[in-house]
Amino acid sequence: MLKTLGAAFGAALIVGAATQAFGAGVISGAGATFPQPVYNKWADEYKAATQTSLNYQAIGSGGGIKQIEASTVDFGASDKPLKMADLTANGLVMFPTVVGGIVPVMNLPGFKPGQIKLTGAQLADIYRGAIKKWDDPLLAKTNAGVKLPNLPITVVHRSDGSGTTFLFTSYLSLEAEHWAKEVGANDSVSWPAGIGGKGNDGVAAFVKQTPGSIGYVEYAYAKQNAMTYALMQDKAGQFIAPTAVNFKNAAANAKWTAAPGFYLLLLDQPGANAWPITGATFILMHAKQADAAKGREVLSFFDWCYKNGDAAAEQLDYVPLPANVKDLIRKSWSKIVGPDGKPVYK
Amino acid sequence: MSDAALPTAGPPVRRSAPRGSLIGQIFEGLCFAAATTLLLSLGGIIVSLVIGGWPALSKFGIGFLFSTAWNPVTDVYGAAGPIVGTLITAALALALSLPIAGGVAFFLTELCPAPLRRPIGTAVELLAGIPSIVYGMWGLFVFAPLFSRWVQLPLMAAAKPGSLLEKLTSGVPNGSGILPASIILAIMILPFMAATLRELLLTVPAAVRESAYGLGATTAEVVLSVTLPYVRQGAIGAVMLGLGRALGETMAVTFIIGNSHAFPKSLFDSGSTIASTIANEFTEATSPMHTAALVALGLVLFLITFAVLGFARLLLRLRRAG
Repeated sequence: MLKTLGAAFGAALIVGAATQAFGAGVISGAGATFPQPVYNKWADEYKAATQTSLNYQAIGSGGGIKQIEASTVDFGASDKPLKMADLTANGLVMFPTVVGGIVPVMNLPGFKPGQIKLTGAQLADIYRGAIKKWDDPLLAKTNAGVKLPNLPITVVHRSDGSGTTFLFTSYLSLEAEHWAKEVGANDSVSWPAGIGGKGNDGVAAFVKQTPGSIGYVEYAYAKQNAMTYALMQDKAGQFIAPTAVNFKNAAANAKWTAAPGFYLLLLDQPGANAWPITGATFILMHAKQADAAKGREVLSFFDWCYKNGDAAAEQLDYVPLPANVKDLIRKSWSKIVGPDGKPVYK
Repeated sequence: MSDAALPTAGPPVRRSAPRGSLIGQIFEGLCFAAATTLLLSLGGIIVSLVIGGWPALSKFGIGFLFSTAWNPVTDVYGAAGPIVGTLITAALALALSLPIAGGVAFFLTELCPAPLRRPIGTAVELLAGIPSIVYGMWGLFVFAPLFSRWVQLPLMAAAKPGSLLEKLTSGVPNGSGILPASIILAIMILPFMAATLRELLLTVPAAVRESAYGLGATTAEVVLSVTLPYVRQGAIGAVMLGLGRALGETMAVTFIIGNSHAFPKSLFDSGSTIASTIANEFTEATSPMHTAALVALGLVLFLITFAVLGFARLLLRLRRAG
């Protein structure tokens, strides 16, 4: 019932948008809110270059998946990758567009960004309420020489379902067995401790207002608000800072070739200076396009973005994909075919 | 609400078709269509809520209402936390704002110097027009730090260990939680109730009030024993309007309540309401059971609002009978 309503609504929107643009092509997409700024920026530049416009509705990853399954949009967008089995079951193809990093931020009066070093296991212990104070001996281990304050830790998490939470809890599950068993990973989970803020700004506000608190936000948010971040331990054992370069390292080192359908969380990737809580955001399309020309239009848009969109992405504090990954994605597009069974993109 | 005050209508009078009866028929048809559209959409909403929420309702049964488990990972859902949060915040908000709304309305109708009446009245109505997201942002960025500094911390410091006050004020002093959310809600519903009450008090015939004053009654006596009883039924309606808004208010609460699905243990503890839970999770709910549980929550909120309205009607009927 809701699905049909949503489908009807979506269809109405598309018809409306189509009549607006005189003759020129219109691509429609819906889904994740996290990449919306960069998609819109790309769409503006693409329209100036080619006359084809993009109508992107940031309705959330869950909505994006539902809309593409109902075929009301040309592509869906999700921060949470779909597993290969889900993709094949729905006849979908998935590929990443940009990379983002998640940054633990704190409110520790007198501390500068990067002064606290954390491991994934410590972060999991903090988030499950096992480490309750900043001067806990467990935290002192990685922070020799730093005088940790005798402050209670207030855990802040996202209250709204979000791809950020999915990545963050996936990372904690990877790093700590107890987290995987007791809490698990999802867009929203049953948090053992702490308070929930709505959106990145909600989390940031609670962290700013609560001395001794720790939260997690997207990189762009931590950077623009100059928040006190923690150094995280990478796979090589080094403590590294959340920077665009370190996110890119994680994306470059990842074994994309071994990931069917690009199902890959860029968590704790090997190699030097790979930020451990990194993730891509994804596009979903039907493997079999009912309209080959439309499918080609969509893929041409993303091809153009991969070629010309890096500067715009970096301006907005997203991390573009490394060149080797972009090539892999273009190759994977051979799986998207028209009604005649031939690839729509050449 | 105030239809009870209308004279009871007898059987419709049959008239011969006058000139222009076509316009009359069209008018009747349009009115009928408007009324049935309303009923149909109401019925449609109930039906779609039941259908959408059915997977969750049939899986968890009546336990859905009493369990505090809310775990999207294991797909197990219980609505007790949000239900209790909704009821507590709405009740607290009503308790906080009703006296103030009454005060504003009485001041405007009885005590306010005539030149000030219009500006203050307009200001109250303007307050009602502020979008709730603005209240939410203001609550989070302005109100919460002040509340934490000047209310939460002093109260928590003053509480003796083991006392009731300590129990009520335990939690994180960062300005979020059940009580701050209730205060924001109270501010939001205040203009609604104040404006409606003022309108009601203005309907009291001058002759009634003047004669009470003529008998030597003080302002307080006039208000309490003449004007208030005169508008009693409408006043209950105004209160229910406020309560309805408090029950369903979403954005402002989401920003400041702390959003924990557990049972709130104190006034400063974080909690959640039904509306805030739906707003938080609906966009990213990918599993069908998660969506169903959220729709079922919507149905529960619908039923609560329904029960509140029903209770108000009952109250009116009892008063009238008594």
